[in-house]
Amino acid sequence: MYNRINKLFQGKGKNILSVYFTAGYPKLNDTKTIIQELVKNGVDLIEIGMPFSDPVADGPVIQHSSLVALQNGMSIRELFRQLEDIRQSVDIPLILMGYINPVLQYGVDQFCQKCREIGIDGLIIPDLPLSVYEEEYKSIFEANNLHNIFLITPQTSDERLRTIDEASSGFIYMVSSNSTTGAKTGISELQKNYFERINAFGLKNPRLIGFGISNNETFRNACQYAQGAIIGSAFVNALEVDSPLDEKISHFIESIAKDI
Amino acid sequence: MDYQVNRKGYYGEFGGAYIPEMMVPNIQELESQYLEIMHSYDFRQEFIGLMKNYVGRPSPLYFAKRLSEKYQSNIFLKREDLNHTGSHKINNTIGQILVAKKLGKTRIIAETGAGQHGLATATVCALMGLKCIVYMGAVDVERQAPNVKKMRMLGAEVISAVSGNKTLKDATNEAMRDWINNPVDTYYIIGSVVGPHPYPDMVARFQSVISEEIRWQLEEQIGRENPDRIIACVGGGSNAAGAFYHFLNQEGVELIGVEAAGKGIDTKETAATITLGTPGVLHSSRSILMQTEDGQITEPYSISAGLDYPGIGPFHANLFATRRATYLWATDAEVLDAALELTRLEGIIPALESAHALAVLPKIKLKPEEITVINLSGRGDKDMETYLNHFGY
Ligand SMILES: Cc1ncc(COP(=O)(O)O)c(C=O)c1O
Repeated sequence: MYNRINKLFQGKGKNILSVYFTAGYPKLNDTKTIIQELVKNGVDLIEIGMPFSDPVADGPVIQHSSLVALQNGMSIRELFRQLEDIRQSVDIPLILMGYINPVLQYGVDQFCQKCREIGIDGLIIPDLPLSVYEEEYKSIFEANNLHNIFLITPQTSDERLRTIDEASSGFIYMVSSNSTTGAKTGISELQKNYFERINAFGLKNPRLIGFGISNNETFRNACQYAQGAIIGSAFVNALEVDSPLDEKISHFIESIAKDI
Repeated sequence: MDYQVNRKGYYGEFGGAYIPEMMVPNIQELESQYLEIMHSYDFRQEFIGLMKNYVGRPSPLYFAKRLSEKYQSNIFLKREDLNHTGSHKINNTIGQILVAKKLGKTRIIAETGAGQHGLATATVCALMGLKCIVYMGAVDVERQAPNVKKMRMLGAEVISAVSGNKTLKDATNEAMRDWINNPVDTYYIIGSVVGPHPYPDMVARFQSVISEEIRWQLEEQIGRENPDRIIACVGGGSNAAGAFYHFLNQEGVELIGVEAAGKGIDTKETAATITLGTPGVLHSSRSILMQTEDGQITEPYSISAGLDYPGIGPFHANLFATRRATYLWATDAEVLDAALELTRLEGIIPALESAHALAVLPKIKLKPEEITVINLSGRGDKDMETYLNHFGY
């Protein structure tokens, strides 16, 4: 499998900035504008969150954005409609991130086909276990040229790291600490040990560090230990500010990526 | 037919462990050790000793004479309401606290709806000297206030969950988030046969003492081990799983679960999951749940906090799919009538949850010679305010 994700890591390969936002937040129809503004401001990869009513792996910020998005009327069908012609204006890798149940209800097969039609490059589904993926869905993902992105955490055993590396094809999502999204900020000594352990492990896949990356300092720090980092809650938070969407976004990305 | 969980953690097509990677180490640890721990000599000794001398087991199997006369049949009540802390929930928390100790955990978390599971967890934590945090929906904190006070007196911290409908589903979400944030020292005591494998199986095993006792108690009292039917209420399904367990392969025993219909199954204010739900994944297992076409979980409603849940354990989803068990429902109004009926006929004030099992008696054809066992999962102390408001005493 080869798509925009592989191209990004082969090309740029470092200081990769990936940004997460929840589709349908703050307004139902902001999705395309947010993507285009992020691209304009030099973001390398975008994770589009599909809101779910019970996001157990998420902290308060993404819980809130998910709730508002659902109240605004966001659904998978609506999201696919909004993204229909996104590839006419956007060429960076796009990933959909969400929980398994809405995908199951849509139908995994139809979901993945639709992703291919639109030009989605990968999926992150935290509550889809590796074993179920390999037994039931891997062939469907592959047939639609979709990378499945797996998470690792400080608690992930060496044996499981190897299994996940083997199963991965795009990149590995390295969760920075034991937490739900947005819970901790900064990078502690303990986390550095973990990052170094993973670096020394010699994984075949590139990695992005996520959870708790919120500003220029944490982003720079994370980039020392991996090919780049993912910003989620901090960006969603920034969207709450009362100013035009394009200003909020350029302001935020500038503050993160200045001098990088 | 085998109604038990298979080696991969499924009951037929239901179950599994749909967990985020952050929970994998804890679930794998538990999965690889729970059976060995439960079967070990030390564990058995301690568990059996506590069930007898602390919980007060065996709980009586009581022939309800006047209730039987009313329905012109033979009705026995399995008196889980007489257990220490007032419900069946203690059977499971005694078991799981011993597992937690064997795993070396020092901080215990739990979710609760009616507060009975929270109370049972706070109790065993006091007993073992372990730190206890209970998540409870803000609505339930209000409507089950006596249990909140008891939990606090027992030393537990009760944290009010303010997302969603602020009931059991939301408390469960918060407990799972807590576990993700505290993966090393913490053990999550789940209160029903829900959650990722191995929880449904482990909880069903701890609750299976209910049907184990029913069998020998019936033999002792009427000379036969099998009743014609068992009726139990179903929230997540733990008291029903325990009451069904040793009868699963006795095909002559009819198994009936009763769900909370709230204001009616044709309204939006209901929690009749099996009646109205479809297959999906909630709280880490594949089962039947109430959801929108887009796969968003819908907010349930029931007068009873313990049944106010949009899911159902995979154990029951499979019994439903294989038609081994039947699932009926009862509305709030029917339940209040049934609670008053039992109170006046037998001098027993049931929990609102348990009253759901009683409420289907008028809907079933009971034959005069038949034996029916109703699992009276808990007592009504916690529900006095609701009863008083309704009946106006
Ligand atoms: C007395 C009583 N019965 C039943 C239930 C429902 O749980 P389950 O279906 O797991 O037995 C509860 C839950 O709080 C309860 O307190």
